Amino acid sequence: MFDYETMRVIWWVITGAVATGFVLTVGFDFGIGALLPFVGRNDVERRVVINTIGPTWDGNQVWLILLGGAIFAVWPAVYATLFSGLYIAMLLVLYALFFRPVGFDYRSKLESPRWRNAWDWGLFIGGAVPPVLMGVLVGNLLVGLPFHLDGSLRTFYDGSFFGLLMPFPLLCGVIGLLACVFHGAVYLSCRTEGAIEQRARRIAAIGGVVLVVLIVLAAAWVILGIPRPEILTMAGSGAPSNPMAKTVDFSGSWLANFQAHPRMFVAPALALLGVPAAAALAGAGRAAAAFAASAVGIGGLLWTVGFGLFPFMLISTTDPRSSLTIWDASASHRNLQWSLAITLVFLPIVLLYTQWAYRVIWGKVTAADIAKGEHTLY
Amino acid sequence: MIGEDIVDLSRLQFGLTALYHFLFVPLTLGLALLLAIMESVYVMTGKEVYKDMTRFWGKLFGINFAMGVTTGITLEFQFGTNWSYYSHYVGDIFGPILASEGLMSFFLESTFVGLFFFGWDRMSRVQHLSVTWLLALGTNTSALWILIANAWMQHPVGTEFNYETLRMELTSFADVFFNPVAQVKFVHTVAAGYVTGAMFVLGISSWYLLKGRDKGFARRSFSIAAAFGLASVLSVIVLGDESGYTDGEVQKVKLAAIEAAWETEKPPAAFTVVGFPDQERQETRYALRIPYVLGLIATRSIDEEVKGLKELRESSLAHIRSGQIAYGALERIRAGDASAAVKADFEAHKADLGFALLLAKYTEGIAGAGEDLVQKAATDTIPGVAPLFWTFRIMVASGFAMLFIFVMAFYYCAKRVADHKRWLLKLAVWSIPLPWIAAETGWFVAEYGRQPWTISGVLPTHLSTSSLSAGDLWFSIAGFAFFYTALLVIELYLMLKYVKLGPSSLHTGRYHFERPAAALSSSAA
Repeated sequence: MFDYETMRVIWWVITGAVATGFVLTVGFDFGIGALLPFVGRNDVERRVVINTIGPTWDGNQVWLILLGGAIFAVWPAVYATLFSGLYIAMLLVLYALFFRPVGFDYRSKLESPRWRNAWDWGLFIGGAVPPVLMGVLVGNLLVGLPFHLDGSLRTFYDGSFFGLLMPFPLLCGVIGLLACVFHGAVYLSCRTEGAIEQRARRIAAIGGVVLVVLIVLAAAWVILGIPRPEILTMAGSGAPSNPMAKTVDFSGSWLANFQAHPRMFVAPALALLGVPAAAALAGAGRAAAAFAASAVGIGGLLWTVGFGLFPFMLISTTDPRSSLTIWDASASHRNLQWSLAITLVFLPIVLLYTQWAYRVIWGKVTAADIAKGEHTLY
Repeated sequence: MIGEDIVDLSRLQFGLTALYHFLFVPLTLGLALLLAIMESVYVMTGKEVYKDMTRFWGKLFGINFAMGVTTGITLEFQFGTNWSYYSHYVGDIFGPILASEGLMSFFLESTFVGLFFFGWDRMSRVQHLSVTWLLALGTNTSALWILIANAWMQHPVGTEFNYETLRMELTSFADVFFNPVAQVKFVHTVAAGYVTGAMFVLGISSWYLLKGRDKGFARRSFSIAAAFGLASVLSVIVLGDESGYTDGEVQKVKLAAIEAAWETEKPPAAFTVVGFPDQERQETRYALRIPYVLGLIATRSIDEEVKGLKELRESSLAHIRSGQIAYGALERIRAGDASAAVKADFEAHKADLGFALLLAKYTEGIAGAGEDLVQKAATDTIPGVAPLFWTFRIMVASGFAMLFIFVMAFYYCAKRVADHKRWLLKLAVWSIPLPWIAAETGWFVAEYGRQPWTISGVLPTHLSTSSLSAGDLWFSIAGFAFFYTALLVIELYLMLKYVKLGPSSLHTGRYHFERPAAALSSSAA
């Protein structure tokens, strides 16, 4: 098929696409989980909220599993370094995710209000904690992480969990949570009516404005205040993956990729237009258009980060040449080819039945539905 | 060098979380297919009771499925968090298999499980039936991928070491996919899942029959479980025997350890039924042995020998010495020596490189390690015999006990007298734990029997871990212990509650607890 260099770029794009799929689907599930105790004021309202995502959240979550799997398969060094280095943070994400499958399925299986209320807060934790920590993680991808590789390419983390919680990554954590809440509120306004829809619209309208302000603030912070690494020498973009065969310093510019390829400016433009457009459309009650705009805006934000980092995947602050790039942290050429073939066959099938599933369950969830499906719905 | 405590704690955590996850997996595998069968009968006959069966057993399926999802994410995270050197070293092969599982199986089962529960009134009967079958297909292919991954750890084919990237790389995806160990393990494992589903339905239906509740519902469930369970338990046993045969080919050490075969006997070797293996003295005390049987199972011949542990240890010695040559050549290549002689040395011995890595536990100077360390490393290649010997026998005994139950259940079902055989119904209730005991001990045999390797002959366990501190591991183990204990209590509470409610939990108005006693007995059939 393609040469090794091209395959690496293709896989960078696919990984970005899977990350986008994750953020745009699990994102609204997280947001709705985080909003649950607040937009649902009584048991019926909360059940309405939960059942807007009840039949589809599990399928959505596979985007997260697939993202982890794709990084493991195609960027094994990134998977090894990221997951072991951020050990405590990853486990906290994992523990928070525990609340979701059981929360959704078990909550309404007993009548007790205490039982149900407890699970609602469990779903809140499962919805709010992961986007905060993942936002912090993205912030640290930009700042760089303290890690190094040894001669056998074993990875060592030189920092601590609390070292992740610096001001800029914390701002990214807030953005992560707010983006999910915003996206979730927009989705909720598509799938509910009456009081819940009103609340969701208001949250979307206000949340969108705050989100744009924070994004602009973070972008300025990155460009002005965070050093950008630069590859000085390396073995070659088609060479076998060995990160230690390069030299790196921090003389780069976050805008360099955009200036070299002006078409990349589309991504930040979409982020800065999509989010406020979604806020305005949601406020005006045009829920479906608002959801599309929100997806475009958040997708644009994600690709802006990706374009800024390219070709870096993990930046090392303690040993810059240990940084992992798409040229030296990828799987073998044969692996990339096989993985591409499998993806090209199966991903379209997944998209096909996923959209069918959404078509089957689509529609407003109402209090009457909950009364009718008292013993079958979540 | 990685501290022993880090390796031990990492193994403990992985072992516990994987075994815990597998409390839920086999029931998902088995019930998914049973649901598809019950719903097929509903669609074909139009009898509402089969729809009720699908929905009631489906509720229990859902309670179990949620736990499977919860504990499954842990495993995907854990290769990276706790086994990062493993992930770097074999991610090129192992990663795509896991990713394929996500793409082909998890999406399928997770998308259709939602439609299974919420789609009853939103699609035609045939559409819903298709959804249920696709759910079952998703769970089963997920097991296929996981067993391809596991089989590759037991018998790594289709890969070679690349000295430029310092890791194993894929040479043939087809070899990995069609790994003979994978095919056998897959069928053995999913069939074990079917047995679990069948035993679960059989046991709970028996309890309703003993109580005289919802007899028509329970009798039909019992019959389907009996027939499905009998076919499944026969597959498990036949494929388990097939597993013994492939083990004999590719994992001689594990087979010898399971059988406590210290010496290579004159073929065909005898099978040790019970005894007390003594690792120190390399002998089995009070052994009760049946002549010829082991040779027949493991080699399917009367003239091939089954290698004993003492002889296998000797051959490990040779592999380690050869691996030291490969390691020495690798060091020279990495230092910039590109001469043809060094490369030829490396190529000739690189298949044994993994054996040299066993020495990393004792010394940094692997290539020059002396005879005493080589002897120690060779001894390490023999896993603990007694734990394997006993867990294997517990698994087999559980399997044959279930074979007896399913044969009897099927026989009495065929004669239409099963509900009068109270001893059988009671036995079925008390035997509900058996498939779990068999599955957990089975995994113990497979994984503990692979020690000291994570990838047989390629990567030792003690090199595979992440560079963590003991504090990190205690934090995570405490977290898992807390969440998993709490979740298990909650899950069992809900499961028991819904089992006790029975089909009345569907609120159709047709079942026990929902109608006066007189009406119940008249329509019980």
